[in-house]
Amino acid sequence: MKPLDDENFDDSHVVVSGAAADTQESISRQIGDIHRAYAAERAAGGPEATQPRLDFAPYRSSILRHPTKDLHHVDPETIELFSPAFGHRDVHELEADLTIQHNGEPMGERIKVTGRVLDGQGRPVRNQLVEIWQANSAGRYIHKRDQHPAPLDPNFTGVGRTLTTDDGWYEFTTIKPGPYPWKNHTNAWRPAHIHFSLFGTDFTQRMITQMYFPGDPLFGLDPIYQSITDQNARDRLVATYDHNVTTHEWATGYRWDIVLTGSNRTWMEEEDTDQ
Amino acid sequence: MKPATPGQTVGPFFGYALPYDKDSELVSRAHPGAVRLHGTVYDGAGNPIPDALLEIWQPDDTGRVVQRSGSLVRDGYTFTGWGREAVDNEGHYTFTTLNPGATEAGRAPFIAVVVLARGLMNKLHTRVYLPEDAAALAADPLLAALPEDRRRTLVATREANGDLLWDVRLQGDDETVFLSFPGA
Ligand SMILES: [Fe+2]
Repeated sequence: MKPLDDENFDDSHVVVSGAAADTQESISRQIGDIHRAYAAERAAGGPEATQPRLDFAPYRSSILRHPTKDLHHVDPETIELFSPAFGHRDVHELEADLTIQHNGEPMGERIKVTGRVLDGQGRPVRNQLVEIWQANSAGRYIHKRDQHPAPLDPNFTGVGRTLTTDDGWYEFTTIKPGPYPWKNHTNAWRPAHIHFSLFGTDFTQRMITQMYFPGDPLFGLDPIYQSITDQNARDRLVATYDHNVTTHEWATGYRWDIVLTGSNRTWMEEEDTDQ
Repeated sequence: MKPATPGQTVGPFFGYALPYDKDSELVSRAHPGAVRLHGTVYDGAGNPIPDALLEIWQPDDTGRVVQRSGSLVRDGYTFTGWGREAVDNEGHYTFTTLNPGATEAGRAPFIAVVVLARGLMNKLHTRVYLPEDAAALAADPLLAALPEDRRRTLVATREANGDLLWDVRLQGDDETVFLSFPGA
């Protein structure tokens, strides 16, 4: 982590001019229109949209930040068929516990979050880097320009890292993050979430996403979550409460598995062995 | 195939979490082969984006794909091939790296790039090619499939001092070519 200074924090609350006047009703109506159009395409035999729309105007900041031309489809070449290697030189095992980074216990609900990282063929992604970052229990990030008037917690930074096991498992101990307001529109609130960063066996599988908690009442209102137009796909970002992960008199437990896109390298290796 | 988990925007608050010491220094500036790869990330109005994050992944200067740990805790000697850089308040990024070599004889050397930003819903993949080997560039399957005005968005400019200059435009007439891959 770099120290917090003017060089490395970013402006969290810049909005496209005029956007602040949008009401939740207006944003929700736009989301509903896009979702209905998608449902009609699906009913007519269109493909399942497993990823968010890049062009999703209800998230105001996306308007000038989405490519307008189609992604160019290409076969990955050598370097793209590999991922960087990470090891215990890079990540200390204590970095997977976000509750022990300071002198005292952070405030809030202690949780465990665990699951497997798999590729599109269902195979575990082994010994690969998983990074997370999140708000504290009050919905506040350690970030100079996070101006939400909720308390910072001197015992919680909200950054963790780990390496997956040989079976693709990761596990973090942390604090359940709070929801927080943002300036997309009037009275805009993000559902509670943990940001995840993942690598696969191929660089093409690189993923940045957000994990959510079951039953969040803010799901329907959030243009970031709703930029995924397909309900099944949206559900894939929601962890499951798992009492087998919950530990006696210590922490409640959540299970969340992550599936990356298919590995082209291992496909090719399999083709090679078939020959 | 299992459907992939959806991506989501990196959001505004990665600045205290993803950057780390020497993240963009794949080699030290004192390395005899050190080259600066730099440029600016722009939005559709031509304004720099102050909250984007780039990652690069590349072979070494001989074209070898490196599989060594140590990207997050750099020892100053091990070339790992991977780096990360959050742009500054003017949307500018700088990596210190090596010129990538061709991974096969006659192929055009390039660096794989992932672009992330607040307001960008999902990661974007692209490539930045070295400008020198005209024959290899002309024969490159990706570049050959693109019209000239699109093709040049993927080729860096070699500056007089040896630096590589390469800008990213998320939208607009000079929009960078972004890639999708099989299985995605
Ligand atoms: Fe967030």
